[in-house]
Amino acid sequence: MGALHSLPDDPQHADLAEKTGFSLEQIGILRKRFKQLSANEETLRREDFNTIPDLACNPIRSQIIEAFFDRRNFRQSDGAGTVREIGFGEFLAVMSHFRPPSIHLKEEQREAIRMEKLRFLFNMHDTDNDGTITLEEYRHVVEELLSRSGALGKETAKGIADAAMLEVASISMGHMEPDEFYEGITFEHFNKLLKEFEIESRMNIRFMNMDTPTLCK
Amino acid sequence: MPQPIRESAPKTVLIQLSLQNGKPNARGPIASGPNASGPNASGPNASGPNASGGGAGGAALEGIPGVALQWIDVKTPFLVALWILVAGLAKMVIEVNHNVTNYIPESALLICCGFLLGGVIWGADGVQTFTLTPTVFFFYLLPQVILDAGYTMPNKLFFSNLGAILVYAIIGTCWNAASVGLSLWGCHQGGAMGPDLDIGLLQYLLFGSLIAAVDPVAVLAVFEQVHVNEVLFIMVFGESLLNDGVTVVLFNVFDAFVSLGGPRINAAEIVKGIVSFFVVAFGGSLLGLVFGVLICLVTRVTKNIRIIEPGFIFVLGYLSYLTAEMLSLSAILAIVFCGIACQRYIKANMDEASVATVQHAMKVLANGSETIIFLFLGISAIDKNIWVWNTGFILLTLLFIFVYRIMGVFFLTWILNKFRLVPVEYIDQIIMSYGGLRGAVAYGLAVMLDESKIKEKNLMISTTLVVVYFTVILQGVTMKPLVNWLKVKRAANAELTLIEKVQNKVFDHMLVAIEDISGQIGHNYMRDKWNNFEVKYLSWLLMKPSARRNRDRLFNVFHQLNLRDAMSYVNEGERRGSLEFIRNESAFVDFKKKFDTDISDMMPDITADAADDTLPVPSHMGGTWRHHDIPSVSLEMQDQDLKGLREAEDINSHHLLQQHLYKGRKQHRHRYSRSHFHVNKDEGEVQEIFQRTMRTRLESFKSTKMGAAKKMSHHPKKEDLQKTANGNASDWGRSRPHGDAGIEFPESGGAAGGQRSYGDPFPTRVSYRLGAGVENPAFMPDVETQAPPWLTEADGGAGASVEPSQRAQLHLPWTPSNLRRLAPLRISTQSSDSFQRADAASGPETPPPPPPLPPPPPSHPPPHEGSHM
Repeated sequence: MGALHSLPDDPQHADLAEKTGFSLEQIGILRKRFKQLSANEETLRREDFNTIPDLACNPIRSQIIEAFFDRRNFRQSDGAGTVREIGFGEFLAVMSHFRPPSIHLKEEQREAIRMEKLRFLFNMHDTDNDGTITLEEYRHVVEELLSRSGALGKETAKGIADAAMLEVASISMGHMEPDEFYEGITFEHFNKLLKEFEIESRMNIRFMNMDTPTLCK
Repeated sequence: MPQPIRESAPKTVLIQLSLQNGKPNARGPIASGPNASGPNASGPNASGPNASGGGAGGAALEGIPGVALQWIDVKTPFLVALWILVAGLAKMVIEVNHNVTNYIPESALLICCGFLLGGVIWGADGVQTFTLTPTVFFFYLLPQVILDAGYTMPNKLFFSNLGAILVYAIIGTCWNAASVGLSLWGCHQGGAMGPDLDIGLLQYLLFGSLIAAVDPVAVLAVFEQVHVNEVLFIMVFGESLLNDGVTVVLFNVFDAFVSLGGPRINAAEIVKGIVSFFVVAFGGSLLGLVFGVLICLVTRVTKNIRIIEPGFIFVLGYLSYLTAEMLSLSAILAIVFCGIACQRYIKANMDEASVATVQHAMKVLANGSETIIFLFLGISAIDKNIWVWNTGFILLTLLFIFVYRIMGVFFLTWILNKFRLVPVEYIDQIIMSYGGLRGAVAYGLAVMLDESKIKEKNLMISTTLVVVYFTVILQGVTMKPLVNWLKVKRAANAELTLIEKVQNKVFDHMLVAIEDISGQIGHNYMRDKWNNFEVKYLSWLLMKPSARRNRDRLFNVFHQLNLRDAMSYVNEGERRGSLEFIRNESAFVDFKKKFDTDISDMMPDITADAADDTLPVPSHMGGTWRHHDIPSVSLEMQDQDLKGLREAEDINSHHLLQQHLYKGRKQHRHRYSRSHFHVNKDEGEVQEIFQRTMRTRLESFKSTKMGAAKKMSHHPKKEDLQKTANGNASDWGRSRPHGDAGIEFPESGGAAGGQRSYGDPFPTRVSYRLGAGVENPAFMPDVETQAPPWLTEADGGAGASVEPSQRAQLHLPWTPSNLRRLAPLRISTQSSDSFQRADAASGPETPPPPPPLPPPPPSHPPPHEGSHM
């Protein structure tokens, strides 16, 4: 709490709060965390994420980190591509994808939140931003997922990804002629596939109003 | 329930189903026999000889009696067995008609059935001989139900909602007990119960505490049939399991208070009561965990005694219950946590067969006891002695438990929702309040009350029974309509698709990563830490090394898919190729040989794994797998090396050989062993059995085809519809009369015949997965130039080449990357197609088949309904 008042740029925070939906306290805490990660710099680079020890054993680490440097996730409309470093605003924008929705929502709002979260997930898979998750991209994700299980890894991952893709093809395209080619998962298909997934209530983490970073470095 | 049970436990009689009137009389037991089967006229008649025979058994007899009835000796076990049978039959009768059980839950029907049986006994005896005693209930009926609940508990769901569950279970139950007790007392003071009721405040609180707890058996029985969403389910169910600790403590504390008497209760006693709650609840849970660990450790080393290995789970689980009971801890909590702790490790440690055995045995026991419990809850009611009616007391109790439950749930949820990431919705709260069913636990506790201390014990028992009937029957029956009416979110009962499973995993990791980055400590962080700990230490301690290796979930999923493919392949092969298999006795299925080359360079890991694995059967498909009569047969096929046997002479000699081997099998089968299952390993035998099965199937198939043409005829129609819906080749089905299936089928072989009926036998849910697993080349449709003999012959030389299965052609796997690999395979299917030929013959308007590709427009349902084979 103390940290909040010592921060100089409160008006800027209010602005951010409005844009991202975080409360001022949460922004204060995240600000502190940002400073901690970036070693008091104004921007955050990819290497900085490597300083988080807990992240080191996360199999999809690289995708997560990449998502932070992906323009598409910044809630601005300035297109695609990646950046080399991000400021606090971008950091917060990416984080805000994981903000739990408020309790009482109308159906449209819920749907909007769902779409937004889904888009984040989709972007994480669709690395080249061509609007489809191709088999190669999907394989890559599954490979990363299994990268911790050692020798089984690659071949199995390939098999699983292929099987999943086949399944997707059969679900979303219905019947296909044998010489048809399934390009990859488009966002619409992705949405349809994960219909049962309740992403809006699951892709959330709890952002504390109190300061905890000391516990988890 | 600790102390009370031990107080009331009879010292001599092990099971006292028939002990209502103290001395074991001859009339009671006898009456039960005929009741089961209906006519009870023989009851009184039979009683004389039986009783005298039994009585005379011990007396000095002259000479050796030819037939002597030893009734007294077998009485108890006989009655127990008989009642189990009766309960089973009752359930069977109830389940005959699903229209009824769709509307009325089974538990309610069983209670009603109990009323009937009880009435019959009452009519025959004039006294209720059989009631549910606390000893029988708590020691012999309840443990297995709870063990099953713990063993099948969805751990992740349970622990991620543990906070809320604990709040409901502890605070909610205390609230219910206190509010119901106090309100009843208040009403009593106000004069609502009439003047002659002798119940003090403490006794009201005691009654409140026994009636407060939601009953796990009743809840499970009702919610099992109403598929509400899993969070709601786990909340209600978890609460009902965990509030036992609270109930036990409250009950014991107030029981002690009642004995002490009001004036002697001081602060120290109350503090002692509160402390005892923690001891009882956490002690019980801890004890359960210890036993769970013990089970895991034992199953690590039971490799050589596979046959009795499932027994350990039951024995140790039961021991945990008894030990907790012995130490006055919460027995229910102990056995729940025992089940929870051991479930995943024993599944990995034990043999697949043992796991399936445990699962099935657990269900048999749990379901059986549940049936008996409800039946006896009904029977117990038909007893004039226990019924004391006090309208005010009973109705007010009903009202209070209902109202306070709702208030409690809404208030607690309101608080919880401030902290929950995903709030509990109003509709769910209504169902939670409404799902507060009371059951046999409350009844058992009520019966255990001490009549010398509580004058109105019988009133309490009758009130409890009324409450139980009201909640189980009325609320149980209305639960489903209510859930429908409120549009409660249902459980997604469809199985997860592979992509969803992958996505689940991505999710877990992603949320952890975000928490790491943002520096928050949340559920995910904790869970991740726990998982790491679990993988590093716990599984090292509790799991066999070999089991540890293959535990990646995704991999398992994939493995299952492959297995399912294999099975469907075999099934399909049977259905389709069976005819030719039989006609041509020397046909062999030899996957390995056919696909040898492809396999080795494509998927070394998987195939190696599949080949030398013992092919573990995923638990959820155990059923379909096992009831199939020749699975081992089919899967042995790939071990065969039958090169060179294609030649005619070799075929003949092999045929001869088989005949001999068949004789060998007869001897083999007589070998009896108590400690091993003999799996048929002999190839000749395997072939032989396979072919025999095929033959019998062919017979049945033929008869369906030829004889019951009418029965068949609706399938093709259905196909027509589907095709029209697809806008594809609807003329095929119409151009051919349905009747010709039977006539045509001997010529065109299994392919055409099988095509007709494939749609139905395949459960639709398996379906699109089949497509998914195509990746594994071992189970790809036969698309080789070298046709299996039965197919070539079936063609009658017409095609002069292979006749690959229809769907094999249609359903070639196509992933972008596979296209290259599959291209040669596909080209090899250039053979003329029986359907196309048929089309050309019957309907001139059909366009000529464009050779060689594509195969005919899909004369099959869309992929997610058929199979890829």
